[in-house]
Amino acid sequence: MDRIGVVLCPCELEGVPLFNPEVVVETLKGRGEVLPLIHDPPICSESGMEAIRAFVENNELDRVVVACSKPELFGPPFKKALRRWGLNPSLSEVLGIPPAPERASEGGIQEALRVIQNGIDEIRGRKPSKSQKSPFVKRVMVIGGGITGITASIDLGNAGYEVLLVDRLPSIGGRMLQLSETFPTLDCAQCTLTPKTVETGQHPHIRLITHAEVESVSGDVGNFLVKIRRKAAYVDWEKCTGCGLCQEKCPSKVPSEFERGVGLGKAIYTLSPQAVPNKPVINREVCRYFTKGKCRVCEKVCPAGAIDYDQEDTLIEERVGAIIVATGFDLYPKEEIGEYGYGDVPDVIDGLAFERLNSASGPTAGEIRRPSDGRVPKEVVFIQCVASRDPERYMPYCSRACCMYTAKHARLYKHKVHDGRAYIFYMDIRSMGKGYEEFIQQGVEEEGILYLRGRVSRLFRDNNHVVVWGADTLTGKKVEIAADMVVLATAMIPSRGAKELAEKLHIGTDEYGFLTEAQWKLYPVESGVEGIYLAGCAQGPKDIADTVAQGNAAASKVQALFAQH
Amino acid sequence: MVYLYFPGCTLYTKAQNLDEAGRECAKVLGFELKELSNWTCCGATFPLAKDNIMALAPPVRILARAKEEGSTLTTLCSVCFNVIKRTNQLIKGDEEKREKVNTFIEMDYQGDVRVLHYLEILKQEVGFDTIKATMKRDLQGMKVAPFYGCMLLRPFEEMQFDDKEAPTIFEELLEAISCEPVDFPYKIECCGAFQSVGAPEVATECAYAVLNSALKNGAEAVTTTCPLCQFNMDSMQKEIHEHHNDFRGIPVIYFTQLLALALGLPAEKLEFQRNDVDPRPLLKEKGLI
Amino acid sequence: MKIEISRHKVHNAFAQKVEEISGQNLFACYQCGNCTAGCPVSFAMDLGPHQVIRFSLLGLEEEVLESNTFWICASCLQCTSRCPKGLDIARIMEALRLVILRKKERLDHLEVAELSKEFLERIPQIALISGLRKFSS
Repeated sequence: MDRIGVVLCPCELEGVPLFNPEVVVETLKGRGEVLPLIHDPPICSESGMEAIRAFVENNELDRVVVACSKPELFGPPFKKALRRWGLNPSLSEVLGIPPAPERASEGGIQEALRVIQNGIDEIRGRKPSKSQKSPFVKRVMVIGGGITGITASIDLGNAGYEVLLVDRLPSIGGRMLQLSETFPTLDCAQCTLTPKTVETGQHPHIRLITHAEVESVSGDVGNFLVKIRRKAAYVDWEKCTGCGLCQEKCPSKVPSEFERGVGLGKAIYTLSPQAVPNKPVINREVCRYFTKGKCRVCEKVCPAGAIDYDQEDTLIEERVGAIIVATGFDLYPKEEIGEYGYGDVPDVIDGLAFERLNSASGPTAGEIRRPSDGRVPKEVVFIQCVASRDPERYMPYCSRACCMYTAKHARLYKHKVHDGRAYIFYMDIRSMGKGYEEFIQQGVEEEGILYLRGRVSRLFRDNNHVVVWGADTLTGKKVEIAADMVVLATAMIPSRGAKELAEKLHIGTDEYGFLTEAQWKLYPVESGVEGIYLAGCAQGPKDIADTVAQGNAAASKVQALFAQH
Repeated sequence: MVYLYFPGCTLYTKAQNLDEAGRECAKVLGFELKELSNWTCCGATFPLAKDNIMALAPPVRILARAKEEGSTLTTLCSVCFNVIKRTNQLIKGDEEKREKVNTFIEMDYQGDVRVLHYLEILKQEVGFDTIKATMKRDLQGMKVAPFYGCMLLRPFEEMQFDDKEAPTIFEELLEAISCEPVDFPYKIECCGAFQSVGAPEVATECAYAVLNSALKNGAEAVTTTCPLCQFNMDSMQKEIHEHHNDFRGIPVIYFTQLLALALGLPAEKLEFQRNDVDPRPLLKEKGLI
Repeated sequence: MKIEISRHKVHNAFAQKVEEISGQNLFACYQCGNCTAGCPVSFAMDLGPHQVIRFSLLGLEEEVLESNTFWICASCLQCTSRCPKGLDIARIMEALRLVILRKKERLDHLEVAELSKEFLERIPQIALISGLRKFSS
């Protein structure tokens, strides 16, 4: 027979007169071999933990149910302690019971007792999980090859662990690859990122699986079985030398997702000249051969004979001991924002599109030219908090990076168009990083960027202009600007498919689809599942500096986990 | 199909040109407008004060009477439509107010009459394809700017009429009757509403902005559904000229008048003499009258 | 240019009356100015709708009631339809009109007697009725 003990944290008794220890002890004692314990001091303290150890030893327990109000905080250290005491942590459970105010009623007490009783019933007869017996695999899968995933992969590779880096796109680099410069130093994003992508591609311990998506995940910590679908590239990457001739000769020019609609791409493409891996894929939605049945130009010109129109998806199966999810973000689609023209006004673009316009490798080779007619815009309006901080209609949260990147956009614009004027509509300026506030002030004082405190209610096309109706709440007035171009700092939202991936991994998401961490302050990169970690914008909006810190954190968590086995 | 028709305060008098053409079109298109008996004014504003229950009495009475006489109530005037539709929703969802108003008017109305604007009947019940097929007179691609104004659209959640920022129902109708709809940014803005009595100089500025935007986008005429919009944008053009020398002027024609023309109804029946900026020179130029 | 505020002034009886009549929480406004930005008649107002909300919250009854803002408001609901905080600003404007119209002095904003006979003949019923509804007690 299992010997089960119940631990109830005394914090749970405070201010709840009806929930007195006697009631709990008597109720639980009446239920078989369960040995309840009410303890003082709080269980999370050193002496509390020591008392639990004595309780376990004296009663020769092999399973423990803990009831407290913060299971996400107490759970991880407690499971480690169980391991130290020689108990199998998978046979014990830390339960969260309803908060004190609710427990002050008879119904609340019954609910708390019900939660505890369910916990007892659930662990009685629970079998030790298999992974405790099967070998612990010290390999890791990183999902998402943006700057976060790259950071974590390099850390883990350097520590000697084998890394599978999976990305949906044909090459790694993620959103950062689309950026022109980065704040607050105005470093060229590609120059900062390329050494990292190259290091990742050449790392002896990192294996890139790009143009691929995770199909399914089973098993648990130490022994996850993952299936990855590598989408057909229609190019044999073994044969391809990355010479680029196919892209050059491909006759179909189509609006490119990477260029955010302000530039064109080819049907056979790599994301950038410095792509890692530098191997192209064919977009069969737009390829002339796939859509119309003839063309085959790429096949004719390829000196390596690498084009393979019959290529099919392949399924890759791997075993890993831990997983890091770093699937990043998308921008809220401007096509859904009616008051800003539903995406139909050509000179109204989003922040990433502006990055492409400003990028030396972008469609205008870094010249600021507006999409409609290619003219250099002289009156440029930047709007912050678009679909962010708007609980009534869009996203209630602050997207965190927009204040800084908008200031950067305005400054970069001024560096290129000296006689132009940049206006920024803002509600608050949130510049909390190192050097950020100084960066903002410099833009205002030295470059004459005009901040207007207020939202923009509506904008519309009027002949050659985009008319902007905003407010300057500092004068109290409505402001009308006949702009040449408008840049929207749209809300960061989880990347497409993040929620479905989370379901495959059995990890939580919040109401917006961001992955939920085990505990916001103290366990920011742990998911609710042991062995699965989160990092970057998949967990919530953040800037590059913060996202890299989380990539580092997730990698060190995995190293600590592997070091225990 | 029979629809109970609520004309409202202005359609028997100043807006006969909206009313008459609407009734005639219904006959041609094969639906019956049965005038609600014993109707009163709807109040011409939806009460925005949470504690103003009194102002709900007239529209609830109208709705309760409609319930006795049929199932679907329609209006041509968009202000009436707004007041009656919002009231209907409120009565349906707010038990406390429902009871109070019912006690007061000594009726028992639960909010279960269907309220449709005439445009919705044309789109959802008759169908623009049918209208196209019934057309007798080609309107020659006349460039018409459809003015929605406020009351058909807002508040969006309650009116559920069309897209709140980029509605299209009016354009669809205009296309069906061989007009060329003119897209212009002010189509969802305000005509000045009741400020024509409170602050006429403000109302004329609003109307000027709308009309000027329509003109700039190539419109030959503007069309409306609302006697108040019509007044501010048509009758007040005299005042607009006083403030804006450059204003060219433009005819404002009710949508029912355009529809009636397309359906081949005789122009004499359409009361064009009631439109203050005479649309007849334009219609003559197009060979429509 | 100076105002004194205290716990007695902020969210005072006047502010609470505005909240009660309008059913809106004045504290919910974060002063983004979207209402003023989209208002088709703000050009003629001496305070923007967002300022009126701020002044009301601070309990500055006299300043608010002296402004022309809520008399200029045309109840077009553009502010209401785009408020990111879901405030029905048109209802706040209505409440301010009513604060004045419900006073025992019954200070109507519009006197029919002041309208010329010629104008009365010209205007449609709908204009007169809605105007009187908004501007008289």
